[in-house]
Amino acid sequence: MINDFHYLKPASLKEALAMYAQYDDCKVICGGQSLLIVMRQGMVAPEYLLDIKHVKELSYIKFDDKDGLRIGATTTHREIEKSDVIAKKYPVLVAMEEKLASIQTRNWGTIGGNLAHADPAGDPGPVLIALKAEIKFGSSSGEKTAPLDEFFVDYFETKMEHGDLVLEVHVPTPEPKFGCAYQKFNLLDSDMGIVAAAASVTLNADGTCKDARVVLGNAGPVPLRVTKAEDLLKGKKLDDALFAEAGQIASEEAQPVADIHASEEHRRHVLGVLTKRMLKKAFDQAQKA
Amino acid sequence: MEKQVLRFKVNGDEYEVFIHPKTLLAEVIRDHLGFTGTKRGCETVSCGACTVNINGFSVKSCSVLAIQCQDMEVTTVEGLEKNGKLSPIQRAFLDNGSYQCGFCTPGMLMSATAFISEAKNPTKEQMKESIEGNVCRCTGYNSIVRAIEAVTQGKYKEE
Repeated sequence: MINDFHYLKPASLKEALAMYAQYDDCKVICGGQSLLIVMRQGMVAPEYLLDIKHVKELSYIKFDDKDGLRIGATTTHREIEKSDVIAKKYPVLVAMEEKLASIQTRNWGTIGGNLAHADPAGDPGPVLIALKAEIKFGSSSGEKTAPLDEFFVDYFETKMEHGDLVLEVHVPTPEPKFGCAYQKFNLLDSDMGIVAAAASVTLNADGTCKDARVVLGNAGPVPLRVTKAEDLLKGKKLDDALFAEAGQIASEEAQPVADIHASEEHRRHVLGVLTKRMLKKAFDQAQKA
Repeated sequence: MEKQVLRFKVNGDEYEVFIHPKTLLAEVIRDHLGFTGTKRGCETVSCGACTVNINGFSVKSCSVLAIQCQDMEVTTVEGLEKNGKLSPIQRAFLDNGSYQCGFCTPGMLMSATAFISEAKNPTKEQMKESIEGNVCRCTGYNSIVRAIEAVTQGKYKEE
């Protein structure tokens, strides 16, 4: 049962930030595709609900070759999925969105809401971290920017303080020899991942690995970067044996819990396999790029 | 908590309802307006029985605050028929036996309607994906996909 709350509907971003600063027991709703579920379960029962669904200033997709991609917080998942420029420049984002929940959820839910909810099983987190994204958030007293991998603090917790709204996700322009891949393991396409892995690879002109990222989904309290596996790959000529070794490291470094969907051992195993496969896929893309 | 006024269009008609802001769209549609074609199933954004279209986009009305639909146009399954004539996808469902118990049907029809209106020469795979958010426990989906296919192939025209 959803609790009674006072409904706040700001007309602009400025008004939204002012209202949020004013009320202590206040939650922000945009699409509400995550929030309404936990409100119905009684886990969240705010006195005030601040609706930013109609704050159009935060709904945009901008791309510039130099600056990269900027997605406003209230942009829906479906808008990202259907964006031509994203399909062309960041196909991994479109592939991720196509498997994020159902069409209905993607039509109403937003990227900012997803990231602010900070569910470690969420799909955008690992992919955006592999793409080296930054997140911009802010309150009436100013804006802050953080690398997305530093934004998530714990289960459903982020760096944001009361009064902060997610404003924008910024994804840099991919380097020349760059590839990125993501896959989640689940029984139904539209489910959250039982586990997931995202990987990105940047190659030097001589074909050696300039940079790599390995990010695991639903494998700990936050989207988990496996820096040990990344360090293993950097500077080397990549091959299947290295990908397998990186997978082994990811499997060991993961902190998965056991639940009704899978045991801890099963999760570790699948994380290792997914890491190996995603690195290989990212590597193949980087070679062709 | 104070009630608020929600003005929006449902199936082409203007409505003005006084609701608590916590009221879900599915509740307004069924309990305030009496469009009981929209079903409430899982209530956790999983089953899709409550699917309606807002400004042409499918959403799950069990997980949308009605007050967020201010000035928007909602279509429920009752809004598909025009002047007493069933819509193409409704007739295709009849011809293909795309339902058994019927509980998922309104949601399936709304997802299919949104898909058909935007799809250009869709593949069979895309047709299947178009109802990914809707669960059916009796037909096994094939007959539903056949109905969608028939409409996208132009076998059913608006009457």
